[in-house]
Amino acid sequence: MIGAIDMFKTKFIIAAVAAMVGLTSVSAQAAEAGAPIERQNWSFAGIFGTYDENQLQRGFQVFREVCASCHGASLIAFRNLSEPGGPGFSEEQVKALAAEYEVEDPTAEGGRRPGIPADRWPSPFANDQEARDANGGSLPPDFSVLAKARGVTDPFPTWVFNYFTGYQEGGADYIHALLNGYHDEVPETAPEGFELAEGKYYNDYFPGHAIGMAPPLSDGLVTYEPGEDGVTVPETVEQYSTDVAAFMMWMAEPHLVSRKQTGFVVLLFLVLFAGLMYATKRKLWAGIEH
Amino acid sequence: MSEHSTYTPGNSVEKWLDDRLPVVRFAKEHLMDFPTPKNLNYWWTFGAILVMCLGIQIVTGIILAMHYTPNVAMAFDSVEHIRRDVNGGRIIQAVHAVGASMFFVALYIHMFRGLYYGSYKAPREIIWILGVLIFILTVATAFMGYILPWGQMSFWGATVISNIFSAIPVVGENIKQLVLGGFAVGNPTLNRFFSLHYLLPFVIAAIVGLHIWALHVPGNNNPIGVEVKESRDTVAFHPYYTMKDLFAMVVFMIPFAWFVFFAPDILGHPDNYIMANSQVTPAHIVPEWYLLPFYTILRAIDFNVLFIDSKLGGVIAMGGALVMLLILPWLDTSKVRSGTFRPMFKWFYWLFAINFVALTYLGAQPAEGIYTVLAKVCTAYYFIYFLVVLPVLSRIETPKPLPTSISESVLGKAHA
Repeated sequence: MIGAIDMFKTKFIIAAVAAMVGLTSVSAQAAEAGAPIERQNWSFAGIFGTYDENQLQRGFQVFREVCASCHGASLIAFRNLSEPGGPGFSEEQVKALAAEYEVEDPTAEGGRRPGIPADRWPSPFANDQEARDANGGSLPPDFSVLAKARGVTDPFPTWVFNYFTGYQEGGADYIHALLNGYHDEVPETAPEGFELAEGKYYNDYFPGHAIGMAPPLSDGLVTYEPGEDGVTVPETVEQYSTDVAAFMMWMAEPHLVSRKQTGFVVLLFLVLFAGLMYATKRKLWAGIEH
Repeated sequence: MSEHSTYTPGNSVEKWLDDRLPVVRFAKEHLMDFPTPKNLNYWWTFGAILVMCLGIQIVTGIILAMHYTPNVAMAFDSVEHIRRDVNGGRIIQAVHAVGASMFFVALYIHMFRGLYYGSYKAPREIIWILGVLIFILTVATAFMGYILPWGQMSFWGATVISNIFSAIPVVGENIKQLVLGGFAVGNPTLNRFFSLHYLLPFVIAAIVGLHIWALHVPGNNNPIGVEVKESRDTVAFHPYYTMKDLFAMVVFMIPFAWFVFFAPDILGHPDNYIMANSQVTPAHIVPEWYLLPFYTILRAIDFNVLFIDSKLGGVIAMGGALVMLLILPWLDTSKVRSGTFRPMFKWFYWLFAINFVALTYLGAQPAEGIYTVLAKVCTAYYFIYFLVVLPVLSRIETPKPLPTSISESVLGKAHA
């Protein structure tokens, strides 16, 4: 009976800890005045989440053929693309890919040489100023951790549940929404008196709605190779944006899969260990009125 | 405390050591035989949990410092380097970052336990005051640690908070420049904060030593607040409380591990994944959650009082909120320690606890509309609790009859 009371107290403490953490959210960002962002069904969500290799390869293709002409990924090395938990390219493929790029190397003849897997992804512009000049004054952000630098603001009480579901896909959801949020003309849903500056584009989800990036994707822009089993994937903005958002999540968190796998084992161990510790504690205290 | 010692040196080497440096005797007295009230509940395990938290932060922090570069051009990428390329780095970094939040969860629970059970009352005033100093130093350490990843929230958080110093009349601006190492947050700030962030945990550890020393003079308070009267009121610290504390630590590790492995970024802010940029201000500058109650009090004073402008007023209020804790043992003069036997105190205590959660919540909200009104109300209650409620209750409240001893209370519970 005393044991049961102890157990109740323990549960109460756990609940109190969780509640305290839960009640004190500080999440607030991106889509300040934008439309609510729809959550996508990501393969890497949840405690058993893993990246879909095919999706990452497609996302990489979109990144390389479209995004990479303006956006850098300075923390990503070519070798990362063949590392476990990623897009699953072979080392030969990565070697061949790296060799297609020229990288700066002061020790090489002429200051440039073909890339090797250890090189970082080459930046499209030499510096920020050059990037701004080429993009109408806007600076295309680096992609390395961008998927974690964006998020979704959930109203109460949704964010309380996020602590228990471990919702960490706000960045990917935001990127997907942004890429699908363009309008050719300023829509009626725009804030009253909204005037679009020249060289800007209207986007439902971008803070302030006026984004410097022209709609980067269009249906059929990137040609996906059919899989070995002949399965094809639609070549639509919706599909491209989902794939590239997944790839960006991988860039920001390349070890996500092994982290979650380790975590599952750790939690399982801790729960079993706590059970054994509790049984020991109970036995030890059995003869003591307390 | 030698009266508790049952230590007899087992052989001539132990005897030789015991005559010169009695560390084994000390450990036996204080870590094993120490008589501890047998009726402590699980709220009492947070002291041990906090020792564990401090240990985790120091060990992970020392390893992180081996790979971290305190330079404005390289700090942000060096943290990513730890996450991406250092063996085990992503887990060590996540444990350290999540560990800061877990530290404060445990710290607040530990403090609220002391507030409910009157653990600050004579003869334990110094334990409590040392605890408040530990809390203040931990806040400072955590705040400086948050600057180190050099993200947008790091930079702007430091900018906003360091402005507090400039509110001090006459010398404020000079103090602020001394703290920052310049006119604004920059490379000198990052370097000195890194240095102090490495130093302070060891200062905290030393004060924790004093905190436990002071605890071992009168011994633990307990849930009924009646002092230990005879040896059957107590059990030896080891194995009874070592086992219970270890169990509680393992349970505490479960939510800890949940965040580390499944939601390592949920307690942080996405903006901190954008490198610090003095030219771009984030839409909302929000400190880490554990600073929010005091941040709310700082912001609540948005009006001038005579010659004190709102800025200085806010700083005085925030400092005052901590001073309340320091002088608490002399504000609550009720002889009864435990809230369990104080029918009126209980209500005001729980209101205070809810009020504190509300202060935390309000700190994350924009300072506009209804939020500013609520912030003022909650700030007012924070001070009223200490300055009015506790002194008045001490005089007018009729406590429930106390059990004569711990043993009697325990037997009563068992037979009920």
